[in-house]
Amino acid sequence: MSARDKKLELEGLTVSFDGFKALNNLTLSVDPGELLCIIGPNGAGKTTMMDVVTGKTRPDSGTARFGSGNNLLEMSEAEIVAAGVGRKFQKPTVFERLTVFENLELALAGTRSVLKTLRARISPEQDNRINEVLGTIGLSGRRFELGSTLAHGQKQWLEIGMLLMQDPELLLVDEPVAGMTPQEIERTSELLLSLAGEHSVVVVEHDMNFVRSIARRVIVLHEGRVIAEGDMDKVQGDPKVIEVYLGV
Amino acid sequence: METLWSPTKTGDRGGKWFLSVLALIAVAAPILNQAVPASSPAHLSAYGITLIGKYLCYGMLALAVDLIWGYCGILSLGHTAFFSLGGYAIGMYLMRQIGTRGVYGDPVLPDFMVFLNWKSLPWFWNGFNHFPFALLMMVVAPGLLALVFGWFAFRSRVTGVYFSIITQALTYALMLAFFRNDMGFGGNNGFTDFKDILGFDLHSDLTRVVLLITTVATLAATYLACRTIVESRAGRVLHAIRDAESRTRFLGYPVESFKVYVFVFSAVIAGIAGALYVPQIGIINPGEFAPINSIEVVIWVAVGGRGTLYGAIAGAVVVNYAKTYLTGAFPEVWLYAVGALFVLVTLFLPRGIIGLVQTRTKR
Ligand SMILES: Nc1ncnc2c1ncn2[C@@H]1O[C@H](COP(=O)(O)OP(=O)(O)OP(=O)(O)O)[C@@H](O)[C@H]1O
Ligand SMILES: [Mg+2]
Repeated sequence: MSARDKKLELEGLTVSFDGFKALNNLTLSVDPGELLCIIGPNGAGKTTMMDVVTGKTRPDSGTARFGSGNNLLEMSEAEIVAAGVGRKFQKPTVFERLTVFENLELALAGTRSVLKTLRARISPEQDNRINEVLGTIGLSGRRFELGSTLAHGQKQWLEIGMLLMQDPELLLVDEPVAGMTPQEIERTSELLLSLAGEHSVVVVEHDMNFVRSIARRVIVLHEGRVIAEGDMDKVQGDPKVIEVYLGV
Repeated sequence: METLWSPTKTGDRGGKWFLSVLALIAVAAPILNQAVPASSPAHLSAYGITLIGKYLCYGMLALAVDLIWGYCGILSLGHTAFFSLGGYAIGMYLMRQIGTRGVYGDPVLPDFMVFLNWKSLPWFWNGFNHFPFALLMMVVAPGLLALVFGWFAFRSRVTGVYFSIITQALTYALMLAFFRNDMGFGGNNGFTDFKDILGFDLHSDLTRVVLLITTVATLAATYLACRTIVESRAGRVLHAIRDAESRTRFLGYPVESFKVYVFVFSAVIAGIAGALYVPQIGIINPGEFAPINSIEVVIWVAVGGRGTLYGAIAGAVVVNYAKTYLTGAFPEVWLYAVGALFVLVTLFLPRGIIGLVQTRTKR
């Protein structure tokens, strides 16, 4: 497969915070339709990598390309979203003073400009789509309740729902199962697996059982670099990985 | 179908009440002033008409502040700058209407310019002899200032208390500038001694009644415009920005553009309020820019109930009624009273008077 066919390509990314390198010459790529898991100890640079891809943090050096020829480093956050990158944050942030339904409405793909949102109405198809996603994330019964009333796991689900509404080509999912019950975790893995194929999905997670249940290819980050790559068994057997992460 | 998906739309009884009260004022005030003889105790004096007009102008200013603070979380402590600019725009028109009736009788130059020995009108006074031009400027001047200021501030992601501080600095700087005689805005005396508007005598009761009705109608229209905005999807984006700004950005919304738009719109409302205020009050001077005034506006909104629109207007009326009474009875306590009021409301009535009324009626 040639480099052009990759969905996401990061090369030589370096990000320093006051001299400390959160990313250190990081290179990785994601294929179309792939589900990639990224693991690594606390502070390995996983969230920082997502910050770079979504335009929140600008790297000191390196390149980041998305799809056919989008240079992510030259795009604003809004342009990156419009190009098809969606993100679920590590700390779930839903809009507390909007209802569950309104949270999803704002995430609907399309209309983003000020004047268009002034006149925007929900079409019957969009209404169906929202109801469908409400069902998928198990919040149909709470559609008119405020975001602030949800439990932590439900907020995680709502965030995932907001990601689904955007229908992005690439989903960046940062620690989706933190705070979820075992049943919720199981439904999350089903959902992420069903999304892969049509979408490219990058999942960052500490929960090893969860990673094992969904992983095809796993990348291990440590101190801002890739130290191992392969399927779960290969990665877990890698001495470098055992030393920095799994062994301790 | 719409009520199905927007629960925030239901229960707008407060808004209906508010519009009914406005309609009542528009009908009753003219009758009580024009049709009821002055000897009757039910007669509403010209002073009363002007006082109501003044309160409603303040209400409109509070509406402007509530739109950005209550819905988008932008705390502007400089909104009286926009109010004053609107006031100065109409004031320039009123000054030019005086013509030869001024103390010096100069057909073109306002008195203060003759006094300063100026020979001709500064260029920026051109056009202000035309009423439509003045109408345009009372929108353009505050709107343009808000656009430039907001564009720079929001692009540089100045938020929260830093934004509040620079808006205070803005209004303070404008106050100092307008105090200068060589600015061409009448220095510390500002503009006053107006004679007429569109040929109608500003001192006649009938003109005052018409100005009041104009104020009521404009307030109703701007209220409805604001309500349309906050109930649209754009309004929900504003809520979202207030709740979690960077999250809104990662949904792909151009947060800065939303802020600039709503800030400019709010500044224009403030400017129109100022332009309605000046002909009724009969004076505009740099004191209107005083930073403390902008802080008082925020207190009106907090007292009435932030994020309700009509609550902000009610807050402005109630606090100013109290101010009229207190500054008459005990002038020195007003600043303490308003400070104490703010603390009390913040501590015990986070949703203001409106919040209190709503919880009462639900029981
Ligand atoms: N804005 C910032 N300023 C300074 N240091 C930062 C900043 N953001 C991240 N860091 C540091 O960069 C390193 C990488 O952080 P990052 O959040 O990417 O780690 P992570 O792999 O997501 O960890 P975790 O598993 O705990 O979420 C950490 O040491 C962190 O303290
Ligand atoms: Mg992280």
